[in-house]
Amino acid sequence: MKKLMSGNEAIARGIYEASVQVASAYPGTPSTEILENLSHYPDTYSEWAPNEKVAAEVAFGAAVAGVRSVCIMKHVGVNVAADPIFTSSYLGVNAGFVIVSADDPGMHSSQNEQDNRHYARAAKLPMFEPADSQDCIDMMKEAYLISEEYDCPVFFRTTTRICHSKSLVSEGAKQEVPYKPYSRNAGKYVAVPAVAAARRPLIEERMQKLEEYSNHSTFNKIEFNDKKIGVISSGVAMQYAREVFPAGTSYLQLGFTYPLPKKLIRQFASEVETIYIVEELDPFLEEQIRAMDIKVVGKDKIPAMFELNPSILRHALSDEGFADAVIETAETKIQAVPRPPVLCPGCPHRGFFYAASKLENTVIAGDIGCYTLAASDPLLAMDTCICMGGGFTVAMGMAKAFEAAGITDKKVFGVMGDSTFFHSGITGAIEIIYNGGNVIPVVLDNRTTGMTGQQDNPGTGYSVTNDPAEKISIPAILQAIGFQEILKPNPLNLSAVEKALNLALESEVPTAIVWESPCRLIKREEFAPIQCAVDRDLCTSCRVCLDVGCPSIYFVEDQAYIDDTLCVGCTVCKQTCVFDAIKIKKMEE
Amino acid sequence: MLSEKIKESSLIKNIVLIGVGGQGTILVSKIISSALVTAGKDVKMSEIHGMAQRGGSVLTQIRYGENVHSPIISEGEADILVAFEKMEALRGSKYLRPQGTIVVNDYTIMPLPAATGRVSYPSSIVDSLREKYNTISIDAGEAAIQLGASRVMNVVLLGALVEGYNMTEFDWDRALVDNIKPQFLNLNISAFAKGRQLAAETIIQAAI
Repeated sequence: MKKLMSGNEAIARGIYEASVQVASAYPGTPSTEILENLSHYPDTYSEWAPNEKVAAEVAFGAAVAGVRSVCIMKHVGVNVAADPIFTSSYLGVNAGFVIVSADDPGMHSSQNEQDNRHYARAAKLPMFEPADSQDCIDMMKEAYLISEEYDCPVFFRTTTRICHSKSLVSEGAKQEVPYKPYSRNAGKYVAVPAVAAARRPLIEERMQKLEEYSNHSTFNKIEFNDKKIGVISSGVAMQYAREVFPAGTSYLQLGFTYPLPKKLIRQFASEVETIYIVEELDPFLEEQIRAMDIKVVGKDKIPAMFELNPSILRHALSDEGFADAVIETAETKIQAVPRPPVLCPGCPHRGFFYAASKLENTVIAGDIGCYTLAASDPLLAMDTCICMGGGFTVAMGMAKAFEAAGITDKKVFGVMGDSTFFHSGITGAIEIIYNGGNVIPVVLDNRTTGMTGQQDNPGTGYSVTNDPAEKISIPAILQAIGFQEILKPNPLNLSAVEKALNLALESEVPTAIVWESPCRLIKREEFAPIQCAVDRDLCTSCRVCLDVGCPSIYFVEDQAYIDDTLCVGCTVCKQTCVFDAIKIKKMEE
Repeated sequence: MLSEKIKESSLIKNIVLIGVGGQGTILVSKIISSALVTAGKDVKMSEIHGMAQRGGSVLTQIRYGENVHSPIISEGEADILVAFEKMEALRGSKYLRPQGTIVVNDYTIMPLPAATGRVSYPSSIVDSLREKYNTISIDAGEAAIQLGASRVMNVVLLGALVEGYNMTEFDWDRALVDNIKPQFLNLNISAFAKGRQLAAETIIQAAI
């Protein structure tokens, strides 16, 4: 019987069926569940790498050594991994090597919506783009055959809607793939200039051969109907096109999208009257097809930004003759107010940022993680956030700028989480010491990779399979780099945080702040079974407790309440109450 | 040409579930889709949950029929909306077709900006919904507490959906067995029955 699987579950299934033996990934929405699912299959070594560059290098090494491998990351992770990816295209593989890039059109959980299809073109790699979960399985198996036949890594590009949508799949059997013996071949795998130059023409030859494959690939197919309207599309955009275009439309569905099947496209174009190119984000297909001197309707109508959906497509094409397909909605008189994501009840970040928000003249360069939520109301305790590991180094640049401009009263902090520190924060800490920055680095160590759903990392002491692993000490790393004083306040104790911040600011030696306090969502942690409650007699309804931004606290008819179903007794609100109107009670079962 | 297209798409049923992170919308969508798959339907389901654990709003869409293309339901296309929280019903109502049906949980979870008083939580939500949509309002929170566990509120709402959208032809007993841990099964079977009963009563009342 067919099974309902998300794209991420199906990608993991495809990797398993292709007998991949080494898988390395860094968590990031929408890609995270691929490795999580894969780690439950037997016979595949799965690991969380410290970052995406490491994941790509590990997977490349495994493929060279003779077993099929995969590295998995979100779209911005490919930026981090780009260095080994581009050169692996020159060196090629021994056993198959696939790079999974999960893009996030619409920026549901990302800092940008870059279209990673450009990477395939820039790095000269063949690319697959699944349109549903069945494609995820079938294309993944094909990707390994292509990687081995054409001696190159394969780029597997998916998007949030594919990753997080479920559709029906038929599972296949696990393939038997023998080990490919390894022997030293420096003329192929050592990327010195002479080797790279010698291999450079091979890439062009390979891409030409891959274009031939593309013309005949079962994943690129023409479906002719009445030939008045033709649609060329790929990925989930094809599903939207099939909803919106009238019956009788002809389709050229592309699943293998780089290099493009030029012969197939010319054949389609020669038989169809008007061609529409329906693609999400950039005009990746469109620019290449226009360069073939084929007239098309594309980004002149269809938006080049944000996630596409059938409704957007319908509106974009409303003056094209199928206008009556625009669907009506009824609108209610009153509207919902926003429900922004917030730090969870009991989150250790809350205490730290509340205390930091009370310090004057601070600049806090932030990073990627749950703690970025401290930038919003009511904490308002963050100045910047740009990329993984940027917290310390952006702070460094700001500190150097203030110094250059003669501004002396700014207190500059760089903050990031534990997983981010291991990802790419260590080099920033080195920068602060090496180049003498007036910056206090703060590692918000909540013992997990929180925002993506509590994945383990090099500091947690566990692997992706929940087996014990070496627990790497963040304070020891900072000490080795040259931070002479490492302060470790309990982030849920406001006076301790305040004291640590002031001590760090007054310190004569390089000082860092590292706190360790587990995320409340980590399943293996145990917490005191207490909660907070408002003492009605003492509460003056002053509303100061609201400044901590806890979702458990609310007001009804000017009276404060703490929601029992949410409060986990972190006591940060209690510490802000000057009337002592918040009391601790035992948690009710 | 176009009429054929509309005929094809009207054979597809569109359900939208909306709630607040932690309310169990994802489990309900799993139960629904497992019942649909068992019945041999083509099913697509889409969810956005990147920030869900942080108390944001969670939207799940389920489409079923003979041959489903898009995993996304566009605005104005949903046949039924199940709102696990009443203000979320307002947020999700744009997905409903005019005169579509809403099963709304008469239950409030204050968003932080409303809890802090920066914005006001809207009043008369259910009345406003009734003006535009066929609205089935039940207090699933109270029903769940009476059953002994507030967390089964989600399955009470599932029962109300099944009654309200007349999805009774599917094998719900099996879907519950397949998706719920044995120790919680009886509780959830009661919650499901309670939801069906509450929705049926509401529908009868509306008819009178």
